[in-house]
Amino acid sequence: MTRNIRHAAVFCALLLVALVVNAARVQLVRGPEFDGNPANRRPDIARYGQPRGDIRVGGEPVTGSRDTGEHLRYERTYTEGPLYAPVTGFASQAYGTTLLEHAEDGLLSGADPALAPIPLWNDVTGFGNAGGSVETTIHAGAQRAAFEGLGGHKGAVAAIEPATGRVLALVSTPSYDPQHLSGNGAAVKRAWERLTGDPDKPMLNRAVRQTYPPGSTFKVVTAAAALDAGVVSDLDAPTVSPDPYTLPGTRTRLTNESEGCRDASLREAFEWSCNTVFAKLGVDVGVADMAATAEAFGFNDDGLRVPFSVARSTFDTSVDRAQLGLSSIGQYNTRATPLQMAMVAAAVANGGQARTPYLVERTVRAGGAVVATSGSSPAREVMSPATAARLAELMRGVVENGTGANAAIPGAVVGGKTGTAQHGVGNSGTPYAWFVSWARGGQDAEPRVAVAVVVEGRAADRGEISGGGLAAPVARAVMAAVLGS
Amino acid sequence: MNKTGPGPGITVAAADAPPPAARLPRRRGVELALIVLAVLLSVFGYCNVGLAVRGSVPPGAAGYGAGLGVLALLAHAAVRLRAPYADPLLLPIGVLLNGLGLVLIYRLDLETPRDAAAPTQLVWSTLGVGLFTVVVLLLRDHRVLQRYAYVSVAAALVLLTLPILFPAVNGARIWLRIAGFSIQPGEFAKVLLAVFFAAYLAANRGALAYAGRRVWRLKVPTGRVLGPIVAVWLVSVGVLVLERDLGTSLLFFGLFVVLLYVATGRTGWIAVGLLLAALGAVAVGWLEPHVHSRVEDWLHPFASIEAGRGPNQLAQSLFAFAAGGVTGTGLGLGHSVLIGFATKSDFILATAGEELGFLGLTALFLLYGLLVERGLRAGLAVRDPFGRLLAVGLSSLVALQVFVIAGGVMGLIPLTGMAMPFLAQGGSSVVTNWAIVALLIRISHAARVQGASPQGPRP
Repeated sequence: MTRNIRHAAVFCALLLVALVVNAARVQLVRGPEFDGNPANRRPDIARYGQPRGDIRVGGEPVTGSRDTGEHLRYERTYTEGPLYAPVTGFASQAYGTTLLEHAEDGLLSGADPALAPIPLWNDVTGFGNAGGSVETTIHAGAQRAAFEGLGGHKGAVAAIEPATGRVLALVSTPSYDPQHLSGNGAAVKRAWERLTGDPDKPMLNRAVRQTYPPGSTFKVVTAAAALDAGVVSDLDAPTVSPDPYTLPGTRTRLTNESEGCRDASLREAFEWSCNTVFAKLGVDVGVADMAATAEAFGFNDDGLRVPFSVARSTFDTSVDRAQLGLSSIGQYNTRATPLQMAMVAAAVANGGQARTPYLVERTVRAGGAVVATSGSSPAREVMSPATAARLAELMRGVVENGTGANAAIPGAVVGGKTGTAQHGVGNSGTPYAWFVSWARGGQDAEPRVAVAVVVEGRAADRGEISGGGLAAPVARAVMAAVLGS
Repeated sequence: MNKTGPGPGITVAAADAPPPAARLPRRRGVELALIVLAVLLSVFGYCNVGLAVRGSVPPGAAGYGAGLGVLALLAHAAVRLRAPYADPLLLPIGVLLNGLGLVLIYRLDLETPRDAAAPTQLVWSTLGVGLFTVVVLLLRDHRVLQRYAYVSVAAALVLLTLPILFPAVNGARIWLRIAGFSIQPGEFAKVLLAVFFAAYLAANRGALAYAGRRVWRLKVPTGRVLGPIVAVWLVSVGVLVLERDLGTSLLFFGLFVVLLYVATGRTGWIAVGLLLAALGAVAVGWLEPHVHSRVEDWLHPFASIEAGRGPNQLAQSLFAFAAGGVTGTGLGLGHSVLIGFATKSDFILATAGEELGFLGLTALFLLYGLLVERGLRAGLAVRDPFGRLLAVGLSSLVALQVFVIAGGVMGLIPLTGMAMPFLAQGGSSVVTNWAIVALLIRISHAARVQGASPQGPRP
């Protein structure tokens, strides 16, 4: 019987070996595959198991985390959701993340390896990091001024610091409260369906994700091209331009809103926004130089990240001369995001040097140590300094003598350009009111803010829609907020 | 083993066994030291859970440690008194496994605040240790049990049949619900059946091994000898199929085949056993939808995910094991509660696998392996055939049960509901396992006393 018992012992040992080998198979060999199974909730539980790092404006958090005590434990909260929604985006258990919440997700959730105190520390100890926080470049006063200035209108504001590219304000209206999308309950699902079904698209970030025909504000670009190319050398010399202007190769006669555009000087044409003069200037500059200048300002670039992606602003390069004329006054296929037009104003204000805009000042560990600081990128020359100085002079003239008087700030130097963009089939859509500008305080050595405002007018007051009337006061409020701080 | 020392024979408490001629080391100090270690390990685990989940040592830690310590010392005292030559590893392993089980159940209780199972389990553990003490104290000689073979089998059949009269719980009719307590009589029945099989085979092994006709290459015993044992087996398996408790059925079958082989040494039994098992498995898997779905789940654990119905229990269990990796998440920091139903009982091992990792799980398996090994060693050492078969039977029960449930929750074999010995929530199981350890202690004691006796084994 002894031999048989030994056989039984061998059998039991085999069972033990089978269990250990199988444990190695399940836990070690196929472990990573099981861990990555989409039905495995552990990654989500880990992700929401700790408070999410905060997004800060001027040192103050504009976000928070709420302990729900549920499986996906911490939910995002927002102190002033609608105001900062175009900056923060949302962080939802059910619908993922957008904008900064998306672009900085690794850092905010704690997953970013850069948060580890020592490289590979977490891999060894199995500990995770507390979520880091993101300090934005947003200027709280400018952001609020823009949001309140737009009020009940549909529109967007983008403001940047010309010397650095820091984004000071990013506003889109109508907005929404991203907190309604935190969590994954039935209320969140209803909020999502309501927001995605809303014809006003409150979740659309119009400041960076929507392009508009820039209309007359694009004349800043055309003027820069004309001055740099030498098509115009004297701001006050009469341009040889008819009124109305017949677009080359067509019978379409381009007219103006205002009088006195025939043979107007560049200064007069800029101040009174003469379509005829700028259409002809664009045609005279030619498509190659026009495109080169537009692209130097940032058009036709689909790689811009601030750190979330910015929609591509377009200047069509395969055009005939008539289309080039229309393109040069911000019509036809020319489209721009409000941020792009703020970049145009900033380049003029910064002496022709463009800085890539950025929204994250620095990222910080939970303990306060800095993970990374975003400096401004190297400057790119968009136009010669002389051209920039003359353009700045033209833009000041618009505010001091022309259509942009509503943007004037006592004691400050302000330059601007209005625009009222036609759109839709046969220009049937309600026009967009534009204003792009920059401002320098009386004591400042250089301009401190460049801003672009677009207001989608309402059909009821179609006659009243103008860049100077609707958009300039918003721009002024934003600039005053920056200069006043 | 047979170290000779000076001095006269020692008086041994076991009344039927003669005092050993030579002085044997009793090794009770080793046992005590290991018990203290086992209790400390359990208390450490308990504090670990509290610190990981709540950030503080749980308030009941001292009470828990004291309770477990007192129980262990009580059992140790009983062993010192009545089985001083017993194997010193068996009791500490039981204490450690029971203690770790309580830690794991307490840890899972934190996830289900309205359903605390640890206090009840502690009560059952106390009862188990009480039964252990009673068996060690009162059962002077394990051979007494041989006389009760037919009483045992009758009792086992009654216990197995009773739950049919009660409503099914979660698809299985294996529970008795009396005054708020759930009892699983099949657990007790397995020890009784082991006693019966051991006694019957010990008495008839000569006839089983040598009598009989030759059919092809296999010698088949006569129907007169084989009849009762096959009948008992058929009835028990039949009852279990009726109760839909395939795990216990598999366990009894394995026990039957192992003991038959050990008793007769006939490989033919293994062949017949495997053939019967295969036929039974195919038939039951074909006919019984409950079992059929278990086989499907085993073959395709993620089928429900692919079908868009989310992960089933087995998939969740595999996720838990995988999440453990090599070193585990640490006690209290896993998410095995996602398994849902039966996390504290059938799937308790998933919590161990996730929070203690591959290393911890292997250590647990080795503990079970050691328990089985010490049991089999007692079986090898003891002289009487009944004791040998009983020790082998009880050890095999533990080995098979660990394999069936651990293999089930880890996707090695189709999942059949069963309690992980000592670890899982379930009073009947804990009490039964303490009875098994008590019997092994008695046999191991008897083995050394017999081994040292000049008269040799008694009939």
